[in-house]
Amino acid sequence: MKLTAPLKISYRNLMAAKFRSFLTVLGIIIGVAAVIIIMAIGQSAQALILDQVSGVGSNLIGVLPGASSSNGPPAAAMGIVITTLTYDDFLALTDGRNVSEVSVGAGYVMGTQTASWNGTDLTSSFVGTTANYPEVEDTSVASGRFFTHDEETNMGRVAVVGSNLVQDLFGGASPLGKTIKIKDQNFTVIGVLAKRGSSGFGVSSQDDSIYIPVITAQKLILGTNYLGFIRLKAKDPSVIPEAMADITTTLRERHHINDPSNDDFSVRDQASAMTTIKQVTDVLRYFLLAIGTISLIVGGVGIMNIMLIAVTQRIREVGLRKAVGAKNSDVQTQFLIESVFISLLGGIIGIVIGVVVSFLVSVVAQALSYSWPFLVSWQSIVVATLVSMAIGIVFGLYPARKASRISPMEALRYE
Amino acid sequence: MSTPLIIVQNLCKTYDSEGVKTTVLCGADFTVAKGEFISIMGPSGSGKSTLMQILGLLDRPSDGKYLFEGEDTTNFGDDKLANFRNRKIGFVFQSFNLLPRTTVYENVELPLLYDSKSGRDNKNKVLAALSSVEMSHREKYFSNQLSGGEKQRVAIARALVNNPDVIFADEPTGNLDSKSGLQVMKILQHLNNEGHTVILVTHETYTAEHAKRILQMKDGHIVGDEPVKNRRIAGDGEKFLK
Repeated sequence: MKLTAPLKISYRNLMAAKFRSFLTVLGIIIGVAAVIIIMAIGQSAQALILDQVSGVGSNLIGVLPGASSSNGPPAAAMGIVITTLTYDDFLALTDGRNVSEVSVGAGYVMGTQTASWNGTDLTSSFVGTTANYPEVEDTSVASGRFFTHDEETNMGRVAVVGSNLVQDLFGGASPLGKTIKIKDQNFTVIGVLAKRGSSGFGVSSQDDSIYIPVITAQKLILGTNYLGFIRLKAKDPSVIPEAMADITTTLRERHHINDPSNDDFSVRDQASAMTTIKQVTDVLRYFLLAIGTISLIVGGVGIMNIMLIAVTQRIREVGLRKAVGAKNSDVQTQFLIESVFISLLGGIIGIVIGVVVSFLVSVVAQALSYSWPFLVSWQSIVVATLVSMAIGIVFGLYPARKASRISPMEALRYE
Repeated sequence: MSTPLIIVQNLCKTYDSEGVKTTVLCGADFTVAKGEFISIMGPSGSGKSTLMQILGLLDRPSDGKYLFEGEDTTNFGDDKLANFRNRKIGFVFQSFNLLPRTTVYENVELPLLYDSKSGRDNKNKVLAALSSVEMSHREKYFSNQLSGGEKQRVAIARALVNNPDVIFADEPTGNLDSKSGLQVMKILQHLNNEGHTVILVTHETYTAEHAKRILQMKDGHIVGDEPVKNRRIAGDGEKFLK
């Protein structure tokens, strides 16, 4: 039997009951579209996060206050304020005599304050950091300059602003040399950082922050004497393990810790952070994928249901086909082709919808200034196509076998 | 003398429904030569449709022998039965059984689609079959756009398209008005004149008398097997052939 004949017949049957056909394929459409969207968004989000994290360098080592197990998040990540890390710790860790594998480092304190200029108030996050910040974070100053080591240690009242603030606070005018107020303290703007793009997920990015010397931030704005965290750059990714060991030793000495279980700090490297992020996002992705798959199965059951109805409705047709010479295998093939046709059609529509929605999401995300890539892998399209075909076969097989076993004589008598 | 087309010996059919056995056909014995036009006649429930279904290889007998062109069909597998139905048998049903949402051409082409040997000259075969029932002008119509008589003519074209040895017509005029019915009988007689064997099932004496021979059935038995003395010839103004 030719392949085109059953295709034509299934097309006509689908068209004859358009609404019913639409409902039949809807389950598959939703399932496939969901899978495509989940895969695409998951992949894009993962790419975005990993890009942001790796954007600050793969040989970074983070030192956070508070102990943590090597797998779990450090306490500081839970928003618990721990005061065990100080500026002196930072100085000790960036001293080549203590940790020879580290080339450069920066200490950080963070907060949110209202910054004012010329009557414009802007609630902005600020970062108190050290002079080596641009080097550690792999960033640069677009105009002006970053603050110096002298300004860092002598409580200089200078500020470097993120690129978005030029528009948000200064209305597009050059901020260089202007004086802004943060918590009633005057700061002279000496530089604008190069644009980096949003990190997404509500975390304020470098482009939206104000950077001031760390001691100035501690004493004049926060009234504290501890650091939020320290980032150290290893000379080479291969020496990270040694660097982490030296950092741990130095801090234990400084904090008079003999028993490692009493550590009041955590040392993490970028690679393990990336692995953790990838694990978390992968788990999330596969979880959502499982939900999409359930939808596909439900869609398959819908197809099976409609094919079973079709077998009953078209029992006389089956009888006639057998009377004019159709073999059992011909009838089975025809019903299988029809169910595969239906599910494949749903799959293709689902793929188109999935791709379009993923594209729209990326357009919206990019409009919101996230560096959100539009990623639809050809694998996900191939998988979706194969899965929808497989659903047609799996869920069409039983009705098709049922149809093929109908006796022609009984089928022709059927009223 | 050449081998008869059909030889039936002691053919029986018993249905077993949940332990209750019902015999609907018993002891049928007859032969059909090539080129015959036979009516199987009898009241409702006489077993004539069952006999036709067995002869048409749509059903298997419970007992007895059925030789088609000298081959014992009782041991045929499903596929071989399908193959025989496809190449050697054409059916015309009371309710036409045309495929819905399908054109006249495609309905007639249907048996050719299941014939692995057909292919290149399908189109010519379909057009020739349509022409022989004077339905060429409706080739592109959908089956639901046709009148009852036209549907039955398309069904006859479908039965003819594979040039079968025998055409089975099960109450072919049952759903038609008398004019269309007459037209169908005219076509069947014409086909018989051209050499096709025709086996007609009917409960109407009038229709049965268009055949050359009548097998009379009652309660599952063949109770009469006689040639038609005053054969009717379908046409404009019914005529009798003495």
